[in-house]
Amino acid sequence: MGLGLLASKALKPTASRLLSSQNPRSLLFLSRTVTSTPELQKPEQAAQAQPEPTPDLPPRTPLAGARVHFPNPDDAIEVFVDGYPVKIPKGMTVLQACEVAGVDIPRFCYHSRLSIAGNCRMCLVEVEKSPKPVASCAMPALPGMKIKTDTPIAKKAREGVMEFLLMNHPLDCPICDQGGECDLQDQSMAFGSDRGRFTEMKRSVVDKNLGPLVKTVMTRCIQCTRCVRFATEVAGVQDLGMLGRGSGEEIGTYVEKLMTSELSGNVIDICPVGALTSKPFAFKARNWELKGTETIDVTDAVGSNIRIDSRGPEVMRIIPRLNEDINEEWISDKTRFCYDGLKRQRLNDPMIRGADGRFKPVSWRDALAVVAEIAHQVKPEEIVGVAGQLSDAESMMALKDFLNKLGSNNVWCEKNGMFHDADLRSGYLMNTSISDLEKADVFLLVGTQPRVEAAMVNARIRKTVRATHAKVGYIGPPADFNYDHEHLGTGPQTLKEIAEGRHSFSSALSNAKNPVIIVGAGLFNRKDKDAIFSAVEAIAKSAKAVRPDWNGLNVLLLSAGQAAALDLGLVPESENCLESAKFVYLMGADDVNLENIPKDAFVVYQGHHGDQGVYRANVVLPAAAFSEKEGTYENTEGCTQQTVPAVPTVGDARDDWKIIRALSEVAGVRLPYDTLTAIRSRIKTVAPNLLHVDEREPATFSTSLKPQSNQELSSEPFGTAIENFYMTDSITRASKIMAQCSALLLKK
Amino acid sequence: MKRMGPRLLSEQPRPAQTPRRGPVSNPVRFFSYNSGRLGHRGREEAPNSLRSLSLSFHFVVVSRNWDWVSKMLARLAASRFLEIRQVFRQPSRSFSTALNYHLDSPDNKPDLPWEFSAANKEKVKEILSHYPSNYKQSAVIPLLDLAQQQHGGWLPVSAMNAVAKIIEVAPIRVYEVATFYSMFNRSKVGKYHLLVCGTTPCMIRGSREIEDALLKHLGVKRNEVTKDGLFSVGEMECMGCCVNAPMITVADYSNGSEGYTYNYYEDVTPKRVVEIVELLRKGEKLPPGTQNPGRIKSGPEGGNTTLLSEPKPPPCRDLDAC
Repeated sequence: MGLGLLASKALKPTASRLLSSQNPRSLLFLSRTVTSTPELQKPEQAAQAQPEPTPDLPPRTPLAGARVHFPNPDDAIEVFVDGYPVKIPKGMTVLQACEVAGVDIPRFCYHSRLSIAGNCRMCLVEVEKSPKPVASCAMPALPGMKIKTDTPIAKKAREGVMEFLLMNHPLDCPICDQGGECDLQDQSMAFGSDRGRFTEMKRSVVDKNLGPLVKTVMTRCIQCTRCVRFATEVAGVQDLGMLGRGSGEEIGTYVEKLMTSELSGNVIDICPVGALTSKPFAFKARNWELKGTETIDVTDAVGSNIRIDSRGPEVMRIIPRLNEDINEEWISDKTRFCYDGLKRQRLNDPMIRGADGRFKPVSWRDALAVVAEIAHQVKPEEIVGVAGQLSDAESMMALKDFLNKLGSNNVWCEKNGMFHDADLRSGYLMNTSISDLEKADVFLLVGTQPRVEAAMVNARIRKTVRATHAKVGYIGPPADFNYDHEHLGTGPQTLKEIAEGRHSFSSALSNAKNPVIIVGAGLFNRKDKDAIFSAVEAIAKSAKAVRPDWNGLNVLLLSAGQAAALDLGLVPESENCLESAKFVYLMGADDVNLENIPKDAFVVYQGHHGDQGVYRANVVLPAAAFSEKEGTYENTEGCTQQTVPAVPTVGDARDDWKIIRALSEVAGVRLPYDTLTAIRSRIKTVAPNLLHVDEREPATFSTSLKPQSNQELSSEPFGTAIENFYMTDSITRASKIMAQCSALLLKK
Repeated sequence: MKRMGPRLLSEQPRPAQTPRRGPVSNPVRFFSYNSGRLGHRGREEAPNSLRSLSLSFHFVVVSRNWDWVSKMLARLAASRFLEIRQVFRQPSRSFSTALNYHLDSPDNKPDLPWEFSAANKEKVKEILSHYPSNYKQSAVIPLLDLAQQQHGGWLPVSAMNAVAKIIEVAPIRVYEVATFYSMFNRSKVGKYHLLVCGTTPCMIRGSREIEDALLKHLGVKRNEVTKDGLFSVGEMECMGCCVNAPMITVADYSNGSEGYTYNYYEDVTPKRVVEIVELLRKGEKLPPGTQNPGRIKSGPEGGNTTLLSEPKPPPCRDLDAC
């Protein structure tokens, strides 16, 4: 971080001056002055005495990847930061200009993704010809402005602000969970004074109950109002506010209220002090003990970029990673707090269900031998494989190859159901891409509740609606939205009306410049899905949603494995294969219709959690969870990303693809790959886009190539794809925190 | 000078007069411990006042030139002084209304029904007409004021919710405003809410005595309502009547928002405020303004002392000269 650098910069001159001081004893002796450097006591004189900075400074790099984007090259203005000229677009603030110039300005209330409050005053800088220090976060940069960030005036201003901030801040860093990653701690080291003049009692504030996720210690709050602005602007729950005035000011909800947002965990990250911390993580670990592993999230189809912080074999917490194209810097509560599910209900050993109906741990050799023997006893068309929603591309590839070698092609990924159309990628991807949703001006949501299905996509839509007042129409059962929307209807009938131009919303769609239609993947399971999709395509055609420069026809998937499964062609051959199956291979699949599996079928469950699938299984093969393996996932917009192992596997568990590879050998149909690289080159022959990590591969052909279906639309209204946001897969179902959330926040 | 202001619940109650430990309760032990360590035993008498403590401290520092000694002593003495200061310090903060959050009570719950009266609904319309329809939220303060008048001088949480509904904002935005302004009472007040100005000029002219007299007469604490529900006493900040200090304000909620008055009574004395209270209790109207019969409005007592002659015309440029 640039902060450490700045800290050393800020401290160095002070130290050298102290050493060269003529009479150090008198300095120490004179006791309780607050300013530590003599020239700080008369900053104006010192400022005059300072020589003009030399103009030929080496070019600096913008901070933290700060991007300068000129919407209009004529609007570029030049300002000078510490004598170094930078070109910035008009309308940038002084603070942003400093960031472009590579100078980190300390700040508390300013956050690039929130509105500007300007109330912490930490970002004061000196601007030439300005009588007072200027709050840089709220001051627009003007052409030719000479900004000075390192002058005695600026330093004294920061020192003073810091003294005020620390006035009422408790000295409980040793027992504070933010300790070690606290902005106030860092910045008081870098910019604060080594003593304060405050001798009164510190104030104290009553803690608020914000629910099972966010712990509050409101005495530590410095009233930066980031959480208030986050809740109002990003999360869309107007619960938090700034109450009272003056020294009695506090953040609160006034009436007892839990923060019921699917993004509430993010206030933990944006809180610059320890006022809002993670409740499940409280007193569990210090941040410097943790090993961070940059990986991705699999609890929904968004593929949020996360960092798994682990200590030894244990996942301690999950925090977001910046990815402008996918999750910006937020993650949903499910992503953040599902990690305790990784420690519960885990499958340790291969197990075989005995005659008494109880599982008995066996060795891998025995378990695989039993499975291989049964697999050879059934007819090939009676073999069915179902990949779970958390499956990675490698294991799905291995599963498909294995089943194909056994002579069956009945393999699919559970949330896709009997979805047959894996031919055209545009038919199941979010073609607009998540970040381009911001360019849309009209949204039509068909049978999807993005708030529970993909919270980060919903945050994007909300951002767009807030910024541009985009219209949102929604067809589906009554649902929770945190932005203005129009509930058009509940079922396919409304869809038909819009497609035929009889509905009032169709004019809004056809007048839109960049219309976006999002179809929920929950509709994949409907009988009339083809008719729905052709109705949607008709709407897209009349609204000109699919053009060379804009593709507004989207499918919002539900789970991490779905897109890759369809890319790899995991499509079942016959619709009723599960009902007639004799050998079912569940690779982490818990949400298939287990009751449809015939009683006499032999069920193998390979997975990491003792969830629904295990109850029906005859053999259990323990596998690694996403935090323990290297796997490729494709998110709903078609962006390929990889997980990285953060912690070792539990017990005798193995990576999914390795288990299938071993099983294939025991079964006598050896798969030709022994390494991850080898299996990836096999994937390359099927879906080469899965090898282009961190790249979004847009669909090449539009769905208009698809033959017209002559299915009839049923009148049955759309259902909800996800009943409980907090519990959607085996990890989140095993999580205690998620159970608390659904009990308290959803009242389920 | 004992202040009985309400405290934040979390603020630790501090006994005002109890000495803590060490220097105050036993200064002799404190000093001899230090002097013994410095090897100055017997050189000075054990002081028993703070003044001599500080003198001896100076002496030690001047006579010895050891850095660490002086540093240590300076720090020690400084911290001791601070502690002593703390002991004698009164709770320094008072808040006009007690809490910045809501606690449910039988008469103040979010689920209690509340709405503007029929007459006030007209006023609400009138107030809203002052603002553009897309800036309805600007009406929050006038509407809260109206609600407060209607509800006998205070705002239950359900009244704030009703206002939020009218101006179409989230309730928390209304709570923010209501907690910010001390003129909005979020707990029950009397029909006559007496506000004593406590700002410097009034305080110098004896507002503390005025408040004490009121509290004593009514037998309540600050922000407490008398048993008959008629009176409550609060403090407020400067109302700009310093020339007639000290002053009190009487907010009269006895007749709802129609008969609502908010009058200043200036130049009050402890005796006069008690009389005012008794007159109010009888329901008599008494003239607001200065209570000193010798003064007219804010003029000096006994008639003007200056500006007795015709005022001179303002100086003007001699136009003929140019």
